[in-house]
Amino acid sequence: MNNSILVGILRFAGLVLLQVLIFSRMNFLGQINPMVYILFLYWYPVRENRTALLGIAFLLGFAVDLFTDSLAMHTVASLTAAYFRPAIMRFVFGVNLEFQNFRLSASTRVQKVTFLALLIGIHHLVFYTLEIFSLTNLLLILKRVVLNGLGTFVFALLLSSLFARQRE
Amino acid sequence: MQRIINFILRNKTSLLYLFLLLIGLVLTIQNNTYHRTRYFNSANWLSGSVYSASASVTDYFGLYSENQKLAEENRRLRQLLINTPAVDSTALDTAGLTYEVFAAQVIKNSYSQANNYITINKGARDSIQQDMGVITPLGILGIVERSSANFASVQSILNTRSNINAKIAGTDYFGSLTWNRKDFRFAQLEDIPRLVPLRAGDTIVTGAMSSIFPEGIPIGTIHSFDLNESNSFYHIEVRLFNDMTNLRQVYVIRNRFRPELLQLESEISDEQ
Repeated sequence: MNNSILVGILRFAGLVLLQVLIFSRMNFLGQINPMVYILFLYWYPVRENRTALLGIAFLLGFAVDLFTDSLAMHTVASLTAAYFRPAIMRFVFGVNLEFQNFRLSASTRVQKVTFLALLIGIHHLVFYTLEIFSLTNLLLILKRVVLNGLGTFVFALLLSSLFARQRE
Repeated sequence: MQRIINFILRNKTSLLYLFLLLIGLVLTIQNNTYHRTRYFNSANWLSGSVYSASASVTDYFGLYSENQKLAEENRRLRQLLINTPAVDSTALDTAGLTYEVFAAQVIKNSYSQANNYITINKGARDSIQQDMGVITPLGILGIVERSSANFASVQSILNTRSNINAKIAGTDYFGSLTWNRKDFRFAQLEDIPRLVPLRAGDTIVTGAMSSIFPEGIPIGTIHSFDLNESNSFYHIEVRLFNDMTNLRQVYVIRNRFRPELLQLESEISDEQ
């Protein structure tokens, strides 16, 4: 139990630092900054209480906001992604979720990828809607969501395979 | 009562979400409309320290090019100095100067958001305060928005809230420099009347209508221009002199007479 809390804290700090020191400065093609801290929600234990997850997601977004001077945009985006996480999991994993011994590492590749992509989709949609904050720029919002979403997706996949557990 | 409590307990996750969402949205809107909140910006102690630790490593990668930029600036200033007739040494007394200049380094740069802020490694302890101008050896950079003890957060000209008085070099036609967030190489100059003769390549510099920047700090050159909807003013695309993606050494400018100027202006507006 203690071990999982420690892992959680390390993951939190590690992802925030990785985000603000490397990925927020990437500016690939002048505009793509992958938001890999969303991996925290992907890695978060499946069977944990939702209230705590909301609180943690709020803090996670807030920490990134503090560093990038984009107050509360990352917070709202990551909070919303955390809120919809259980619904996404039910959609992706279906009945498997009910099994006591269900683990993320035991699910199929397609399921994992879909789960990650949906998390990223919700997060980016909320983030860019808030950043651009006008529906007249709908096309700009969609463009940013798609381009940045792809960037985040690629790097999140790379990172998650880099830190995947070797067992099984 | 029992029912209300039951309802709250049943929906506690959703209610918590709505509550936190509300906090987040209030912060976002506050951040969008007003000056940013006092503590929650990258000039705070925590992010300032992390960024300066990171800059202390990455600084070494740019030493050579940074050195060349400074040498080039020195050459230009030397040339000016040599060609200026010798002045009486009493005129060298810095206490009489209008503008005071401080050197600082960028520890965090950003140019891909809609509202970009830059963090520098000097703060209130080095007399950096709100509303001081920030320039680089090449041109204008932004305005100090907030300073903590050791760091300051600078509102970049690449910020949709930025609005800087600018004019065409050599004339007194002035307008305001804004940014439409599309491209970090260009800013937009508005409100130049259509009777002004323009040519692509003309230089744009800061105007005299500002209490923050001295007149004549370079900004960029005219890339293209057309008339706006009302057909009475130009919309000008300005190609910035600064490479906003590559910043290190900056100078912060303090106008010693700004408080006096502001006081005078407020007295006049009070009387009206």
